[in-house]
Amino acid sequence: MSFASQLLQYTLSGITIGSIYALVAIGFNIIYNSTGIINLAQGDFVMLGGMIAVFFHNTLHFPLVASGPIAALIVALIGILFERFAIHPLKNASVITLVIITIAASILFKGGAMFLWGKDAYSLPSFSGDEPIRFLGATILPQTIWIICVLLFIVAALVCFFRYTMVGRAMKACSYNKRAANIVGINVNNMVMLSFGLSALIGGIAGVIITPISLIEYEKGSLLGLKGFGAAVFGGLGNMGGAVAAGILIGLLESYSAGLLSSGYKDAVALIILLLVLFFRPGGIFARKEVQKLKHY
Amino acid sequence: MKRVMAILTILIAFSAASCLEAKDKKQSYKIGGVFAITGPASFLGEPERNTMLMIVDMVNAQGGINGVPLEAFIEDSVGDETKAVNAVKKLINSDKVLAIIGTTRSGTTMAVIPIVEKAETPLISCAAAETIVNPVRKWVFKTPQLDRHAADRIYGTMRDRGISRVAVMSATTGFGSAGREQLQNLAQTYGMKIVADETYGPKDTDMTAQLTKIKGTNAQAVVNWSIVPAQAIVAKNMRQLGMTIPLYQSHGFGNIKYVEAAGSAAEGIIFPAGRLLAVDTVPDSNPQKKVLVEYKTLYESKFDDPVSTFGGHAWDATWILVEALKKAGADKEGIRKSIENTKGFVGTGGVFNFSKTDHCGLGPEAFEMLVVNNGKFVVLGQ
Repeated sequence: MSFASQLLQYTLSGITIGSIYALVAIGFNIIYNSTGIINLAQGDFVMLGGMIAVFFHNTLHFPLVASGPIAALIVALIGILFERFAIHPLKNASVITLVIITIAASILFKGGAMFLWGKDAYSLPSFSGDEPIRFLGATILPQTIWIICVLLFIVAALVCFFRYTMVGRAMKACSYNKRAANIVGINVNNMVMLSFGLSALIGGIAGVIITPISLIEYEKGSLLGLKGFGAAVFGGLGNMGGAVAAGILIGLLESYSAGLLSSGYKDAVALIILLLVLFFRPGGIFARKEVQKLKHY
Repeated sequence: MKRVMAILTILIAFSAASCLEAKDKKQSYKIGGVFAITGPASFLGEPERNTMLMIVDMVNAQGGINGVPLEAFIEDSVGDETKAVNAVKKLINSDKVLAIIGTTRSGTTMAVIPIVEKAETPLISCAAAETIVNPVRKWVFKTPQLDRHAADRIYGTMRDRGISRVAVMSATTGFGSAGREQLQNLAQTYGMKIVADETYGPKDTDMTAQLTKIKGTNAQAVVNWSIVPAQAIVAKNMRQLGMTIPLYQSHGFGNIKYVEAAGSAAEGIIFPAGRLLAVDTVPDSNPQKKVLVEYKTLYESKFDDPVSTFGGHAWDATWILVEALKKAGADKEGIRKSIENTKGFVGTGGVFNFSKTDHCGLGPEAFEMLVVNNGKFVVLGQ
């Protein structure tokens, strides 16, 4: 394998894993924008998506085209219920209290999944075969193309949603100023619930599409959540485009450092760069100064 | 007056009954079991507990040991060092057991060793790490095979197949790094050259970067050493990169669920394991065949759960202890000596030959090389 094609392979690996981080980061951002909360159960939405899809496909023998969407929708429902029963009742709780509640939810989701499915790792069949596609000496799985396409589709759909639909604009208004949004007649409560549903949906979709290549088990969510959170901070909390770029950047950094340096330093390199960004540009690499001032961390 | 008499009678009856009970208890051999029945290692600890209790029932159904029934005291360590230490202290001090089977994990075993050594109570561990019996400790034994022997068998098989350049992959866990060390130490003995040495986190989701690096070397085979599900991803990623060199795994691969998770990418994976995993393909001439079939049938019919090598470690440990009790009776030093002198004991893990200098009693031949064939484990043909 020539060095050039090795490099290309690292790039492709980086983009694959980075796309997943990006999806998780988008989920963080949606909730952050509407509530100011960091939802630390975001990674577990991904895990639940994968696990539920496995349950429908492998246990109930639903076809894959049905299992995936059903799983994503159930996770969205779980997200909504979570907001209704755990976040909503605490009307005047501080952000930090709510963040702690999401930690509790994360533990609960993990424990529940362990109870229901045990500690084994599960897999789904790939959406369109396992035959790798050769490409300039490197290889890429059809599933990887699926992941990248789903990421692009979700980003496009979210952009349209927030820009052109009434509900989307209302959610955006809540993120700018809750009180003002309330005054002009937007039901802020519903928007918060919707944001949980939406980010759980995206988490669920991420879970379904990664399961064929990376397997799923009850505690897979924690690490994905951490890396996704890293991507969200890296790109500037609340910034969708930043999240996607930062997610892929972290994926590439990991892949290059595993390949070119040593696999032992893989996570360290990504975290050191994350720390450096936080020191020198606490608003994320893509934040403008004025915007940073307006945001309250 | 009648009432008082009645109460008195009842009291006397009760105290007599409890006296009888106490007398009964005195005439039993008390043995302890400490396993990680819950917690992250419960898939190891649960079959171990089940197996130990099953054997105790079997022994008692046949009239006990020389007419004395066995009594088992089971404690849950949750795989946690502190809880394991407390459990062992309780078994020794309050339950007054003669010997202890367990613990499940290497870490917990290392934590309880000072206590059993001080209390001079025999301990037969079901945990893997070589440090448990190396250096030899007077009161501590173990039944699982040694990591070193797994590495021995892997390299031996490779040498037979003309492989001399290997790439090592390992998880950054205790099990993974111990295996990596053994592979490095033994490489020279077997004339192996390690051309790549890569690691990955136990929760990583993608190993293509490490494998791409390996693909760029002239390795003739990959050895992967871990117990985590990531080992199934390694197989998938190799397939994805179009790598055609064979994949060898450690004995940590001995769980058919990993084969299911890796799907067709698992085909052809070669790894060392106890023969229990491939009972059906073990030749009848093998001395272990009978005991393997017996354990598998008994366990699976009783618990409706596929048999695992971990339960097998408890099977071996409990029977070795039963044999020792037969010879020595309720005498801790006698039990210890009998265990140490156990020779030619045929268990699920292999044929055990303990000695003063070897408290594990198994050699490399305790491992059989298995290969994944049509989603099943079968004994590797020569």
